[in-house]
Amino acid sequence: MADANLIEVKSLVKYFPVYSRGVLLKKEVGKVHAVDGISFDIKRQETFALVGESGCGKTTTARLILNLIEPTSGEIFFEGENIVEKFQSAGKQEKLRLRRKMQLIFQNPYGSLDPRMTVYDIISEPFVIHKHVAKEKWKERVYDLLRLVGLEEYHAERYPHEFSGGQRQRICIARALAVEPEFIVADEPVSSLDVSIRAQILNLLGELQKTMGLSYLYISHDLSSVRQISQRVGVMYLGKLVEQADTDELFDDPLHPYTRALIEAVPIPDPKKKTLKIVLRGEVPSPINPPRGCRFHPRCPRAQKECHEKETELAEVKKGHFLSCFYA
Amino acid sequence: MGESKMEEMLLEVNGLKTYFFTEAGVVKAVDSVSFNLKKGESLGLVGESGSGKTVTALSVLRIVPKPGKTIEGTIKFNGENLLEKSEKEMQAIRGNQIAIIFQDPSSSLNPVFNIETQLKDVLLAHTPMSKEDCTKKIIELLSVVGIPEAETRMHEYPHMFSCGMKQRVAIARALALEPTLLFADEPTTALDVTIQAQVLDLLDDLKRKLGMSLVMITHDMGVIAKMTNRVVVLYAGNVCEIARTLDLYEKPKHPYTEALLAAVPRLDIRKTLRVIPGNIPNLIEPPSGCRFHPRCKYAQKHCEEAVPMLEEVEPEHFVACHEWRKIKLKGESGNSGGR
Repeated sequence: MADANLIEVKSLVKYFPVYSRGVLLKKEVGKVHAVDGISFDIKRQETFALVGESGCGKTTTARLILNLIEPTSGEIFFEGENIVEKFQSAGKQEKLRLRRKMQLIFQNPYGSLDPRMTVYDIISEPFVIHKHVAKEKWKERVYDLLRLVGLEEYHAERYPHEFSGGQRQRICIARALAVEPEFIVADEPVSSLDVSIRAQILNLLGELQKTMGLSYLYISHDLSSVRQISQRVGVMYLGKLVEQADTDELFDDPLHPYTRALIEAVPIPDPKKKTLKIVLRGEVPSPINPPRGCRFHPRCPRAQKECHEKETELAEVKKGHFLSCFYA
Repeated sequence: MGESKMEEMLLEVNGLKTYFFTEAGVVKAVDSVSFNLKKGESLGLVGESGSGKTVTALSVLRIVPKPGKTIEGTIKFNGENLLEKSEKEMQAIRGNQIAIIFQDPSSSLNPVFNIETQLKDVLLAHTPMSKEDCTKKIIELLSVVGIPEAETRMHEYPHMFSCGMKQRVAIARALALEPTLLFADEPTTALDVTIQAQVLDLLDDLKRKLGMSLVMITHDMGVIAKMTNRVVVLYAGNVCEIARTLDLYEKPKHPYTEALLAAVPRLDIRKTLRVIPGNIPNLIEPPSGCRFHPRCKYAQKHCEEAVPMLEEVEPEHFVACHEWRKIKLKGESGNSGGR
């Protein structure tokens, strides 16, 4: 079993301290509970999606997995190796080796490309860092990568501002692929793109997964695209996973009241389908003082007394369908 | 249009051209756009970035930023051409009769004034009223848009509100003088889905209560389906198609509309996404003939040459395409293909 999982996350926690505005001494006055004890795994060649609204901790989770920040507690296994420990103890070479296996694609392709570098420099920069390609082969590799993501060779000599949003995202994808990673975190990769371009990028990600055997962690608040691209989905709310299941199972039979509300809230591009009105009242509470008990209870239409007091745990209710709710 | 129809028209835009005269060249952002809006109707303006949807709204309000200029066309509001009004007359119309909500509430509210001041400015600009009445009205407005504890919260500043709450304040400000026409320019794009649902419901409610007409500007086909009766599809500054919302989704007649519907992922069904090849054209030198032809799978030789005119191909269904007959109905085309 262990072999099938590329990544295993166990009770991952990340708190960010909040300081008072002291003149001399900074005093910690609270903690942002960004990620609060989540566990999941990502199989090889699978797309696992994390969905949730802003501030629910999806991006923090991704940064933790990539070891861009250190977790407060918890474990992350990559190919059976505890990479949290590894990153604390390992030397530079070892860290580079691990980093080469995982890459990140950001939401905003306008902000994640250096405007003063040509596309060639951008895509070959990983070669400079990781030294895994001989210098005389750089050009060839860059051209290969450009073609792979649907761009042309002559694009290599251009600068990012000469490209449209969709093309820039292709450049970002090519850069991520330059180190031949096994795992890619795609953090809202299509949110800032135009509708007609989104399908191009989503399909490209799907094709690359097939041809290169990649695994994705797909982070998005756009449930429609999640349905298209992912095999399994985890729904996050205020730093916790509230439900996790296979994609079709989750969308066809959502069990958690939050998942239901989230799905109901998405307008469907078909005027004949009138969405039911389970409009969630209120807003996401502050993660500095998350509600006691079930974190969703202040907004939950079905909250009972128990929900105010006892914390819920993620438990398997059907095969492969995990839920964290007392009454669903 | 017959005389009897004229009466119920609130807004008639005819041959509108708004160009931006930049150093790099003339950007033809809105190029011969015509549509109309009946009283009490919800009209959708759909299009991607650069399609001219926002510039159309700004042109109607005559607040197109420099170097943009409306150079041709008529915009009739209640039968009067807004393009012939003086700046002073326009000021009396803006906010009072036609209002607008922008996409990003964080930048459309002034950060250095509290909410009360910002709403007061709007109210007092058009109607003289006493201080007490004004405060009362503000509290009422804020409660209508669903801001709890309006009395205390109106003294707060924009940064103390969440994004959804800020958008509610922006809506309150737009509705302060009960306009007859409201432009909502991507009002929910910056918001989370559950908050989006709240704001859309609020807009729908208020529209009904106040009997307003609404122009919903968005690229989200889901929001259009939910909120509008009729849709204008824009592409690169041109109108492609105008139809009742149901007809547009059931039997799109323009290749762009058809492709757009097939390219949008849907929550309720998993389908293979059809890709629209290519990119959005540059509006300094837009493609000749039909502006969509380089990306269109039905394109013929004459599409490159002749600009298609908007023609009524079915009752109340207008399309600007030479080859619209080639588009097959639902069932044969890609947008029905659930799997």
